Amino acid sequence: MSNFKHSVFLLEDKCKGCTNCVKRCPTEAIRIQNGHSVIDEERCIDCGECIRLCPYKAKKALYDKLDKYKDYKYKIALPAPALYGQFDHLEDVDYVISGLYECGFDYVFEVAKAAEIVSEYTRNYLKRPDIEKPVISSACPVIARLISKRFPYLCDNLLPMIPPIELAAKLAKKEAMEKHPELKEEDICALFISPCPAKVSYVRNPIGVEKSSVDGVLSISEIYFLLVNSMKNIVNPEHSAQTGLVGVSWASSGGEAKALFNDRYLSADGIENCIKVLDEVENGNFSSLEFIELNACNGGCVGGALTVENPYIAKARLQTLRRYLPVTQNHVPKNDDPTFVPTEHMWEKELEYSPVMQLDADMGEAMKKMADIQAIYEMFPHLDCGACGAPTCRAFAEDIVKHNGNANDCIFIMREKIRELYKEKENDSKSVD
Amino acid sequence: MSEPIKFHFDVDGDNFSSAGEASVQVKRMLRQIGIPADVIRRVSVAMYEGEINMVIHADGGNADVVVEPGKIVIILADRGPGIADIELAMTEGYSTAPENVRSLGFGAGMGLPNMKRYTDDMKIESVVGQGTTVTMTVLF
Ligand SMILES: Nc1ncnc2c1ncn2[C@@H]1O[C@H](COP(=O)(O)OP(=O)(O)OP(=O)(O)O)[C@@H](O)[C@H]1O
Ligand code: SF4
Ligand code: SF4
Ligand SMILES: [Mg+2]
Repeated sequence: MSNFKHSVFLLEDKCKGCTNCVKRCPTEAIRIQNGHSVIDEERCIDCGECIRLCPYKAKKALYDKLDKYKDYKYKIALPAPALYGQFDHLEDVDYVISGLYECGFDYVFEVAKAAEIVSEYTRNYLKRPDIEKPVISSACPVIARLISKRFPYLCDNLLPMIPPIELAAKLAKKEAMEKHPELKEEDICALFISPCPAKVSYVRNPIGVEKSSVDGVLSISEIYFLLVNSMKNIVNPEHSAQTGLVGVSWASSGGEAKALFNDRYLSADGIENCIKVLDEVENGNFSSLEFIELNACNGGCVGGALTVENPYIAKARLQTLRRYLPVTQNHVPKNDDPTFVPTEHMWEKELEYSPVMQLDADMGEAMKKMADIQAIYEMFPHLDCGACGAPTCRAFAEDIVKHNGNANDCIFIMREKIRELYKEKENDSKSVD
Repeated sequence: MSEPIKFHFDVDGDNFSSAGEASVQVKRMLRQIGIPADVIRRVSVAMYEGEINMVIHADGGNADVVVEPGKIVIILADRGPGIADIELAMTEGYSTAPENVRSLGFGAGMGLPNMKRYTDDMKIESVVGQGTTVTMTVLF
């Protein structure tokens, strides 16, 4: 875990140490130390929540710049479906696809196309009799990561299938090699155009595969400006989109679930809502559901921290865009087995459960620590004021037990101490009189 | 080995929307101690059901959880109406839950039977007009 490469990071000189992010990080990964915020790498799930809510724009996402890939002979663009919702008065996805070619890409492979294939195989997978239900979507890397850290019991419920981004890269590279036999593997790069920092960290630390086939992750917000320019000149788009409404719908919350043509599903968006749902599932509620779609961002991927448009506007635009699209434009080969999913579509390796919340590997030690936490917590005023730099009094008590904090940083404890000192002084001076 | 650890929660009977929160917190702390996942699940399901019962049927109460090596005890005590016929209450499908909570999926009459199923021991002490105390033990 220590070599985990995160996307979300802090611009130290911009941070005012205001604790806005500390209080809202869903994994309690942020503390204020020496006047600015510090992210615990083990706990951060790159959800981007802190980027969205920092009033001083001190939190940023690291992503790749297009420039870095200029020397590749063959550049593939993998646009996320959320990209289509960013443009005003877009009549047809074809303009975006052609615009990307104009920007210098040699090939454009829509992630929405791969999403339609994933949807079809998910329908097959759900028919398997021996799987844990409800199946939880693994497409949002924040959710998969969150489950691996906080919901050990639900690891087996995650859909063990490679997500559309991964499948798109695999298929696009394969097609490129077939079309251009002269190309070598190292001549080709597949670049995902991402709505969120979580996909950046997914590619660097993949889930379910050893190594991601995606070579770089660009941000929608950056490509957007290039695209707006290149799309201006397009009158009759030459290239055409190859997705139906299923693929395009993946961009917003509920899209993946609706594509299963099964009404026993639940979809939730926004990280706090997702955590609530997972808590309920872990309690054994919703056992009659077949599928749960969770998106860490409000509204789904259109709400990602690297998008430009308001998620609800983007969603409305997508609704217009997909109105005249066929249901799907991608079909998988027929198979006699209705539960068939090709092995290369399934995860190569299981998700590892990494109990970052655990106090100690030894249960006896962990119990001792928990008892200490309880005792320290009792000393605090339970106001969760954040002045100590931790999100709650309880989290601060945990920090102290883990030797990452000092009780004197609690202003209430400090005040008590000062009062006592004061009293002692007074008594001293009285005794002198 | 270690001293038992005790957690205490006031379960608010007036605030239906926060019903179930104590069991979520217990789950969190059990994870930090490193209790096996299936044990956590049994404890949190049993406690959740009992907590919801206190809110729906008894206007809230107190929840205490005691964790020892190999054993977790959950004590849910309320000063509600009490249960006149415990055996009947334990029957699957028996419920006096009001209509307004049924639309949320409660009132299947499965809470008490599930609490029994998920724990190694369950004891109900109840006096009509005075209240109910449910004590559950999960061994691991
Ligand atoms: N703490 C309590 N105080 C008073 N009555 C209770 C209490 N707990 C349970 N009961 C009674 O026992 C009945 C059965 O409880 P049980 O938890 O099995 O079902 P339920 O709460 O009605 O429905 P469900 O738990 O399936 O949502 C309740 O309907 C209620 O009449
Ligand atoms: S929200 Fe967080 S990152 Fe932004 S200034 Fe406040 S403490 Fe610093
Ligand atoms: S990206 Fe999310 S998990 Fe990571 S520090 Fe920010 S709010 Fe916390
Ligand atoms: Mg009940």
